[in-house]
Amino acid sequence: MSMIQFIAARLTKAVFVLIAILILNFCLIHAAPGDPAAVMAGEAGATDELFLQQLREQFGLDQPFHVQLWIYLSDVIQLDLGYSYRQQMPVADLILERLPATLLLTGAAFVISLLFGITAGVLSAANVGRWKDTLISILALIFYATPLFWVAIMAVLLFSVTLGWLPGFGYETVGSTYTGLRRALDIGAHLILPAVTLGLFFTAVYARMTRASMLEVSEMDFVKTARAKGLPRRTIQRRHILRNALLPIVTLAGLQAGQLVGGAVLTETVFAWPGIGRLMFEALAQRDYNLLLGIFFVSASMVILFNLVTDILYRVIDPRIAS
Amino acid sequence: MKRLVLAFSALAMVAGGAVAEPVSGGRANVVIQPEPPSLMLGLVQNGPTQMVAGNIYESLLRYDHDLNPMPSLAKSWSVSEDGKTYTFTLQDGVKWHDGTAFSAADVVFTADVFLRETHARLRASLKHVESITAPDDSTVVFQLKNPFGPFIGIFEAGTMPIVPKHIYEGTDYKKNPANNTPIGTGPFKFADWVKGSHILLTKNEAYWDEGKPYLDEIYWHVIPDANSRAVAFETGKVDVLPGGSIENFDVERISNLPNTCVTDKGWEYFGPHAFLWLNNRQGPTANKQFRQALMYAIDRNFAKEVLWNGLGNLASGPVSSSTKFYSNDVTQYDYNPDKARELVKASGYDGTPVRLLPMPYGETWLRWGEAVKQNLQEAGIKVESVATDVAGWNQKLSEWDYDIAFTYLYQYGDPALGVARTYVSTNIAKGSPWNNVGGYESTEVDNLFGEAALAVTAEERQALYNKVQSKLVDDVPVAWLLELGFPTIHRCNVKSLVNTAIGVNDGFKDAYIEK
Repeated sequence: MSMIQFIAARLTKAVFVLIAILILNFCLIHAAPGDPAAVMAGEAGATDELFLQQLREQFGLDQPFHVQLWIYLSDVIQLDLGYSYRQQMPVADLILERLPATLLLTGAAFVISLLFGITAGVLSAANVGRWKDTLISILALIFYATPLFWVAIMAVLLFSVTLGWLPGFGYETVGSTYTGLRRALDIGAHLILPAVTLGLFFTAVYARMTRASMLEVSEMDFVKTARAKGLPRRTIQRRHILRNALLPIVTLAGLQAGQLVGGAVLTETVFAWPGIGRLMFEALAQRDYNLLLGIFFVSASMVILFNLVTDILYRVIDPRIAS
Repeated sequence: MKRLVLAFSALAMVAGGAVAEPVSGGRANVVIQPEPPSLMLGLVQNGPTQMVAGNIYESLLRYDHDLNPMPSLAKSWSVSEDGKTYTFTLQDGVKWHDGTAFSAADVVFTADVFLRETHARLRASLKHVESITAPDDSTVVFQLKNPFGPFIGIFEAGTMPIVPKHIYEGTDYKKNPANNTPIGTGPFKFADWVKGSHILLTKNEAYWDEGKPYLDEIYWHVIPDANSRAVAFETGKVDVLPGGSIENFDVERISNLPNTCVTDKGWEYFGPHAFLWLNNRQGPTANKQFRQALMYAIDRNFAKEVLWNGLGNLASGPVSSSTKFYSNDVTQYDYNPDKARELVKASGYDGTPVRLLPMPYGETWLRWGEAVKQNLQEAGIKVESVATDVAGWNQKLSEWDYDIAFTYLYQYGDPALGVARTYVSTNIAKGSPWNNVGGYESTEVDNLFGEAALAVTAEERQALYNKVQSKLVDDVPVAWLLELGFPTIHRCNVKSLVNTAIGVNDGFKDAYIEK
């Protein structure tokens, strides 16, 4: 099967999967107790029949369930994600407004964890049984096991409150007039704590995975052959072992990449990072159906997309898979 | 003859404790949580919207800590002898933030057209109004059908925010694009809103009250995590933590930081009153002796001292002591587990578990739920806690699907506005968590509240409210807990911030930063 056929087949499947996800999400959300009108009336601290009725009409909640579902589906198929009555903005605008901040955060965490994780794993495997290996393994286990929000709070207390080195929350210094490089540096300083916190878990996962995978590959016959040929140790490590050990890591990286949009709820909350994760969490609490469904739609699309990218990468790294 | 009510803003200022000469300039950094859905105060009245937009929009009056009216957009006002005609004279030279002149026509449009359609709470008060007219550009007359005692108390910014007629007349209010860039008459103008990050208000240079406001700008920071909000104050990123911004267990630690001042004033208009809804329709809570037992079983002092850091007061009954016509000449219920056990037994309680619904409003409330559960168990009552989120809690109350449920309600300064709604039988209807959710019915109480709202003099009203309070406290339709105290924490050099009964909500008009 050629690459183009492969991609076309996968994309066709993806459309059906997406529609199924949409319907499932729609049903799940409507099964949760409460609705957006009641939540808004609740927050106002006073309400009467007329007020609720006005809101429900405005939100389209006075329609029967299947009509609401049909309207939503046909809108989404025309790529219209609807309107968030609560935020008084189209859902697509709300998501696009928050997307850059989230992608910056999750992207940075992605790069950090791949870079440090694989490096640590390679170092560990190359020094198996020695103190470097032990140290890396212990650290990886600790980061793997520690809850994210706890690391986040401790990091803020240490680096922001006690040491005062890094800003503890926000995306940039609010009210500053920084531009250009100065602004980029400012955002970078704000990015360090949340990105490292978010990246720690996957760093640990990559380190452990790389180590195990490399040790496994290094036992194989072709590695022995390479050694017998008298190739330098570094070349064997890089060209023969690492390249073959990468497949499981690509799988995991694909999983992590799928979470680029919606996977940072806790981190964004603790660090007041104005991203999608928080938007999603708030939309859930407020039963902002359209917004929540819109975010689900975008993150489901991302998961499907990155699964496809992962499969393509497999074929690039190991051409045997294609045949 | 008219009874002329004079008000001197200068006097009210002295009451705020500001003696030093205010200085102009500077920026205030304030926490806002949760992020408001909108800043159009005429359409949305939730807490955070009122807090930010109360500095953008204004109403005719403000209120001091004792709920006496002070001038705002109205410079003076009078009430006719029969209590049916309210005449307001407006300030001169008031302009909307877009430069258009403000006039009496805006007030008439707001009260008679706009808010009648959009504002559920005000709509109930406007039922008593026969007509709203503007005899000239600076005079507004409210003609009532009958005397309505609390009427002078409805001209607060969140209750009757004056909206610009020239922007809203003839439009679909909810879809008006101006909702995203609110235009008011207030001391601060809307400047910017980066969703998820911050809201910026800037000084209204053309403000009618000359010399004010003093601050150049206010940044409202959206910080979703309570611990991060505390850190933001600790690290100097924000200067003001409005009531409820941080968890109660952090209040003491943060209050003890250098250059930190705390006040629990500025909530008198709201009088947040915490109580337990008791389902009067069915189950053990339908029995009066059982309900009285709950009042003895719950250790409210513990809740106040431990969970609320000693802030607030024990609630003696339905009316908050900061609300008008409060009476403490009622049955007192002290913490008395023995008496509670006796009453539970006497009520014929058969051991069926009661469903307790804590309020999903953060740590303090969940812990309070645990404390009450334990108190009830000690009194021999079986308790099942029901976990839920805000939307679920709303729905369970709206559909009466509970036995005992935590809540707290604002009283808006007058029993007719914020207390009667909880107890009168005409206010029993599914679909709202804020009406008579408990289902208590008493003709006597209905009549007393009805007469008290319409009585002309304060003395008559007081006598009627005394009666209704003592009757209610005997019947225990709900179990009163605490008059909540919400501390506003700020840097001590932020001066004159809390001067009125709504505190931070309209406080930045007078606030300044001492250099």
